[in-house]
Amino acid sequence: MTALAVRAMSHSRPAGQKGMLLTGLAVLLLVTGLLAMSSGATGIPVARVLAVLSDALGESDSIQGGDALIILQVRLPRLCLGVLVGAALASSGALMQGLFRNPLADPGLVGVSAGAALAAAATIVLGDALLAPLIGPLPFGALPIGAFAGGLLTTFGLYLVSTRGGRTSIATMLLAGVAFGALAGAVMGLFSYLSDDRQLRDLSFWSLGSLSGASWTKVMTVAPLVLPMLLASPFLARGLNALALGEAEAFHLGVPVQRVKALAILLVAVAVGASVASAGMIGFVGIVVPHVLRLMAGPDHRFLLPASALLGGALLLAADTVARTVVAPAELPIGILTAAIGAPFFLWLLLRRPGGFSL
Amino acid sequence: MTAILEAKGMSYRGGGRLLVNRVDFTVDAGCFTIVVGPNGAGKSTLLKLLCGELAPTEGEIMLGGRPLRSIPPWQLAHLRAVMPQASELGFPFSVLEVASLGVEGIGRGLSRSDRRRIAEQALERADVAHLAHRNYQTLSGGECQRVHFARVLAQLGAGRTFEDRQILFLDEPISSLDLKHQLALLEEARRLVREGIAVVAVLHDLQLAAGLTDDLALMDEGRLVARGAPDRVLTSERLAAVFGVGLVMESLPPHPWVLAGRS
Repeated sequence: MTALAVRAMSHSRPAGQKGMLLTGLAVLLLVTGLLAMSSGATGIPVARVLAVLSDALGESDSIQGGDALIILQVRLPRLCLGVLVGAALASSGALMQGLFRNPLADPGLVGVSAGAALAAAATIVLGDALLAPLIGPLPFGALPIGAFAGGLLTTFGLYLVSTRGGRTSIATMLLAGVAFGALAGAVMGLFSYLSDDRQLRDLSFWSLGSLSGASWTKVMTVAPLVLPMLLASPFLARGLNALALGEAEAFHLGVPVQRVKALAILLVAVAVGASVASAGMIGFVGIVVPHVLRLMAGPDHRFLLPASALLGGALLLAADTVARTVVAPAELPIGILTAAIGAPFFLWLLLRRPGGFSL
Repeated sequence: MTAILEAKGMSYRGGGRLLVNRVDFTVDAGCFTIVVGPNGAGKSTLLKLLCGELAPTEGEIMLGGRPLRSIPPWQLAHLRAVMPQASELGFPFSVLEVASLGVEGIGRGLSRSDRRRIAEQALERADVAHLAHRNYQTLSGGECQRVHFARVLAQLGAGRTFEDRQILFLDEPISSLDLKHQLALLEEARRLVREGIAVVAVLHDLQLAAGLTDDLALMDEGRLVARGAPDRVLTSERLAAVFGVGLVMESLPPHPWVLAGRS
């Protein structure tokens, strides 16, 4: 078969193979998790990691030693947060691409990232001056709460702008998102101009993204916001498949189009808002992961959504492990790493598609 | 004959213009209705109103004795299928997957093998079975149109396990097809009519339309100008008034084509 003929064939695989692929991805996530827990500033053998984990599960009090503490209080919460954030970003990407009918759509398109970043910058820079006199020193959680609220409010606003007579125009939402992104960029520029040295460092560190602040408290806060999205998204799969034909066609096929759109936007805004609030801006996971999976097994969302969650979790975990080991004991912000890998990949996607993309 | 679909005084205003102007329209079970008229006459808008995609600004539409707007989308999908003029696909689905979209969800009570059988049969009937594993995005315009025909056939097939009074809407279904596939698609539509499915199609070719059915609907500037047998609808005066051409229809061909080797 010639190369051209191969490309003309669909990548779609039969259901059995997709099941095996999902199992493979789950195993990959597990192995990455074990490696992530054994590597770091202090190397811990995988066997010891397993022993500590099984002890912890057995709730025996025999857990002793510094390495047990490192695993259970430092690396395990970080692992959980990484998997949650990675899964949230990748499945949100798959959801948004299905909704926008465009393989290059990003969870950031619904304005949640820009809104969260703007609110975070406002909290960092204005927090001391405006809030501190009123409520005393800023509470520990002010930044993530501000970012989360900012992301949700922005998405809600864009949704209102693009909804007329009960119908949401996806194209309007995209363009309004671009306009709001530009505005947010300008205001953020103003904030960095106003900020002092410490605020500037906080600002840039947050915008680069990092899992270094992981704790069980954070995991417990993020999980209830991300898990509903991961559990609910498979129910949107059929609707998104039909939406690939167009909104009218999806309606003809019996899909409650407006409900699917509203639910997908809500789930993405909440999950991405929680991810951005807890780990800062981490780019490209939402584009790269679903795209690789589409190349492997076709665009069926019934496979794509759960597979994106698994591979997104594994990818972010791997990236985080690299980020905290290459310059140990210091850490590289993970956003630098994902952008450094993701951006060239994105360009390569654009180049290998001769017809270009249309919105 | 009983009417499945009944629209009374239906109007639709879009972009400040009256696209459909107080039209009464009924669709009977097992009837083949062809809508003709010049560009911008409101044919596609009429179809969109009748299938529930657009809500009329005035008038009401009843489907099976119930207001069309009160029927939830999933139930509508059992009752009617729609083949649009053109459809681009956002992702590289295979041809079989596109046809399967017609049965997913609609055949929720059907087994996986039944759904697969319905989709494959639909591909056969639309003459695209040999393309089953091709990437839809690499097909030609005519092939795409046939795949969408397979998709609506699959939807009707799955829906028929729940509802027996179905309607198929076709909006210029043969615009990109070669002659052989034009005739094959229309023949397939006639077979559906014989099985009791009502078909409402928009066509441009008057000769073809006249030979296919005895129920022609002529539209002009949003109004339903005439409806009935071709020789009564397509009079020389009307053709001159509506299409602005001086055609003389001395006699309409009873059968505009003879298909050799096919019955």
